Amino acid sequence: MTALSSYLFISALLFAIGLAGALTRRNAILVLIGIELMLNAGNLNFIAFWRFGPHPEALTGIMFAIFSIGVAAAEAAVGLALIIAVYRHYKTTDLDEISSMRG
Amino acid sequence: MTLPFAILVLLTIAGAAAALTLRNLVHCVLALTLGFVGLAELYLQLGAEFVGFAQILVYIGAVAILVVFAILLTRSAGPTSKLAFSPTWVLSSVTTAAVFAILAWAIHSGVVTSNPHPTQPEVTVKQIGDALMSRFALPLEVVGLLLTAALIGAVTIAAQDKREMK
Amino acid sequence: MAWIVHNLWLIPALPALAAGLSAFAPRQSRKLAASLAIGSMFLSLLLSLCALTHVLRAVAQEIETRQAFNFPWLQIGADWLQLGWVLDPLTAVMVVMVSFVGLLIFIYSVGYMAHDENFTRFFCFLSLFAGAMLGLVIANSLLLLFICWEIVGLTSYLLIGFWYQKPSAAAAAKKAFITTRIGDLAFLLGMVWLYSQAGTLLFYDNGAGCLEQSVLIRLVAQTTAAGMTVSTGIALLIFFGAVGKSGQVPLHVWLPDAMEGPTPVSALIHAATMVAAGVFLIARIYPLMAVHGGAELSFIHTTTALRVVTWVGAITAVFAASIAVAQDDIKRILAYSTISQLGYMMIGLGVGGVAVGMFHLITHAFFKALLFMGAGSVIHGCHEEQNIRRMGDLRRFMPITFATYAIGMLALCGFPLLFSGFWSKDAILHAASEWDVSKLPFYLATVGVLLTAFYMTRQVLYVFFGKSHLSASLGDSHSASNTVAVHHSSTPHESPTVMTLPLVILAALSILLGLIGTPAWPWFTAFLSGQQTHFDLHGFAENGVLATMLLSTIVFLAGLALGWWLYGRKSIESSDTPDVLEQRQGKIFNVLRSGYFVDSLYQHTVIAFVTWSSRACDWLDRWIWGGAVRIVSWLIVGFSWLSRSLDIFVVNRGFDQGCQNISFGGQALSRLQSGRTQSYLRIIGVAFAAFVLFLIWGHHR
Repeated sequence: MTALSSYLFISALLFAIGLAGALTRRNAILVLIGIELMLNAGNLNFIAFWRFGPHPEALTGIMFAIFSIGVAAAEAAVGLALIIAVYRHYKTTDLDEISSMRG
Repeated sequence: MTLPFAILVLLTIAGAAAALTLRNLVHCVLALTLGFVGLAELYLQLGAEFVGFAQILVYIGAVAILVVFAILLTRSAGPTSKLAFSPTWVLSSVTTAAVFAILAWAIHSGVVTSNPHPTQPEVTVKQIGDALMSRFALPLEVVGLLLTAALIGAVTIAAQDKREMK
Repeated sequence: MAWIVHNLWLIPALPALAAGLSAFAPRQSRKLAASLAIGSMFLSLLLSLCALTHVLRAVAQEIETRQAFNFPWLQIGADWLQLGWVLDPLTAVMVVMVSFVGLLIFIYSVGYMAHDENFTRFFCFLSLFAGAMLGLVIANSLLLLFICWEIVGLTSYLLIGFWYQKPSAAAAAKKAFITTRIGDLAFLLGMVWLYSQAGTLLFYDNGAGCLEQSVLIRLVAQTTAAGMTVSTGIALLIFFGAVGKSGQVPLHVWLPDAMEGPTPVSALIHAATMVAAGVFLIARIYPLMAVHGGAELSFIHTTTALRVVTWVGAITAVFAASIAVAQDDIKRILAYSTISQLGYMMIGLGVGGVAVGMFHLITHAFFKALLFMGAGSVIHGCHEEQNIRRMGDLRRFMPITFATYAIGMLALCGFPLLFSGFWSKDAILHAASEWDVSKLPFYLATVGVLLTAFYMTRQVLYVFFGKSHLSASLGDSHSASNTVAVHHSSTPHESPTVMTLPLVILAALSILLGLIGTPAWPWFTAFLSGQQTHFDLHGFAENGVLATMLLSTIVFLAGLALGWWLYGRKSIESSDTPDVLEQRQGKIFNVLRSGYFVDSLYQHTVIAFVTWSSRACDWLDRWIWGGAVRIVSWLIVGFSWLSRSLDIFVVNRGFDQGCQNISFGGQALSRLQSGRTQSYLRIIGVAFAAFVLFLIWGHHR
């Protein structure tokens, strides 16, 4: 197993863990944590490819990772603000109870 | 695959797993922080120092704190009596397993391995700064705009209604 | 044109108007109905006298006595159907007779029908009849005559069946109408044939009418089936109509049954006027019947048509007189007598011409109406008893009725010299004796005189002489009768003046009318042909006149004596003992009483056939035509059921099913929207996995 594939494997594992947590946990904040984890796994993917993959461009991977971190931060802020607002209305953060957008 | 590397990886994965399986939310956040630290170390291993430090600064310094604040504001701290996992956890686990299987198989079957030991690219912070100001100026400005919007949005959404205060 | 000719239509119009007005009158306004009828009839009488004076003046001044007024009525293609009326001596005499006799009978009816609750309806129908009869008489068009002929038949039906709750009356009315209808069919055929050959139905039309020279020449020249001329064919068809209306054999069966109607109806319609309409019709179209072709046009007494008329009349005269001998109902005797006398009139027309037949018609009208009204008076006085064997000795109780009835009876039988019936019957016998074709009608007519005298004597002796059998029968009849008898005495009584006064007037005229037709002063004959004549006793010296007078006197006395011998010497003990003749010749008596079984014959042949054919038609209608209609309707119903089933089970189900499926589908799909974000996320994960799989596998291939 090459170094690249091992890093990719790690990132895949992290992604899977993040997805599992986002899908199975009841608390909304934990879903957000899972999403952050998935984003981080993606970042790891980018950096791994920057380090081991063919790179015509020397900076693309880094740049992508930097911007991703920035966007993730913004998204975490908005997401948590939403959770707080939702908590104010429903008095709970349990996702199973917040299902009024039913079809 | 040296031993430090293996320990690091284990730490990261353990932290991530713990973050999503512990009952106490604050414990989850602390475990998450551990995971972030491990990831930062991986970045340093890979030679992306700037990204590593950015990871520590932003993720651990901002996102994790933010999550802690959220936990405290939503009174989710402390042990809860309710179930931790949703009723449909089986189906979700199966789905996740499928996704992981697909990804693993993809990685295994089609990794680009033309060069088993490629050279490490030399990137300095000055180069990153230059690129940010020239080539990546537009994304930089856009991310700035995005952050502004996110800031205002978050404040608006989370601001307390005057009515609710009464 | 004179005023009266122009306005001749008023004569029938006034009674018709009275009928129309009293049709709307409520049942209680009896005085109104009666005064309308009598008033209109009186005015018609005045107008008729005007018309008669006009014609008399025309005869005296020796100008044209016949004036017609025609007007177009209906346009058919390019032709116009014309109607009109004519004023000539024949018309004048008839309108005066009809309106005068009609007026007297109307006055009589006021008394006779006083106790009837349908008084108003009675006078309405009577007025309608009078209007129609007068219209028939003045008609100058065969079409107008036919229209009035039919209306007269209708009113006869209405009046015979006046007491329609009685089943026998309703049946008699139906029988009268249907029997005369058979004659009317032939009349209609003759009329249509005449129109097709002559092009006009007007009698007199300035030379173009169908009784005038130019048309008659054409008609007599053509021949048709069996070698007879067209004029003969048409004349025979129209005569058959007269056979029905005037009760000649074989269509006589309705007249005796028509006695179910009230007595004034019998007097007016079935004695004096309506039955005379047939005779009048023949008199009216006499030129058509008597025309004879050849080198030049002539009118003779021996054409085929007139021969048929004579024979039919002769047979009828004797046939009916013989039946009258064996009848017990006072009105039926008079009915058969009427049929017999109508036969005489036909003989007169056939052998002697218009004047001979019409004279007897006029005199007969008066004395027959008198006899019927007298019979009505008797019936009224005997509290609705009609069987002569249950009467008797009425001359004590009803002297005026007896006197007038006796005058009428003598007039009918032909008492020599004094009474009008003698002169008119003699004219017929004289003409029959001089007929070139055969002497048989003369012999038959003479036998008829004998029989007439015999049965009238029998009737008078039964009713007015002998022992009274009334009280015995009155006791039974009172309990059974349901008439409102105000005077409940058990003895018969004279009728009120309103009924006896017309009797007296008619009796006087029955005597006086004879004066206008004696051979010494044949005023009537001359008047009808538009000429004048003067009194001349040498008229008696014409050959055969005195001989005939003597013969008829002897025969009359013989009949009288025979009647007195059998019935006058001793009266019957009770009303149940059989008749003298019945005791002696029972079987013949029964045959005569039942009218030679003609009614049964008709019942078993014609009526049975009609009943069978109507049942066959009903079966056809019910099963064949009805079946066809039903089959079509079943088909349509079946088809519509099929459509409905299709609609319910295929269309609706399919549609409903489709809609339900969509609904279920929608409901199922909406369950995907659980509102739970994690489910959405899960689905994204699944989709991602599937997508990547698809891509990789696709790429591998």
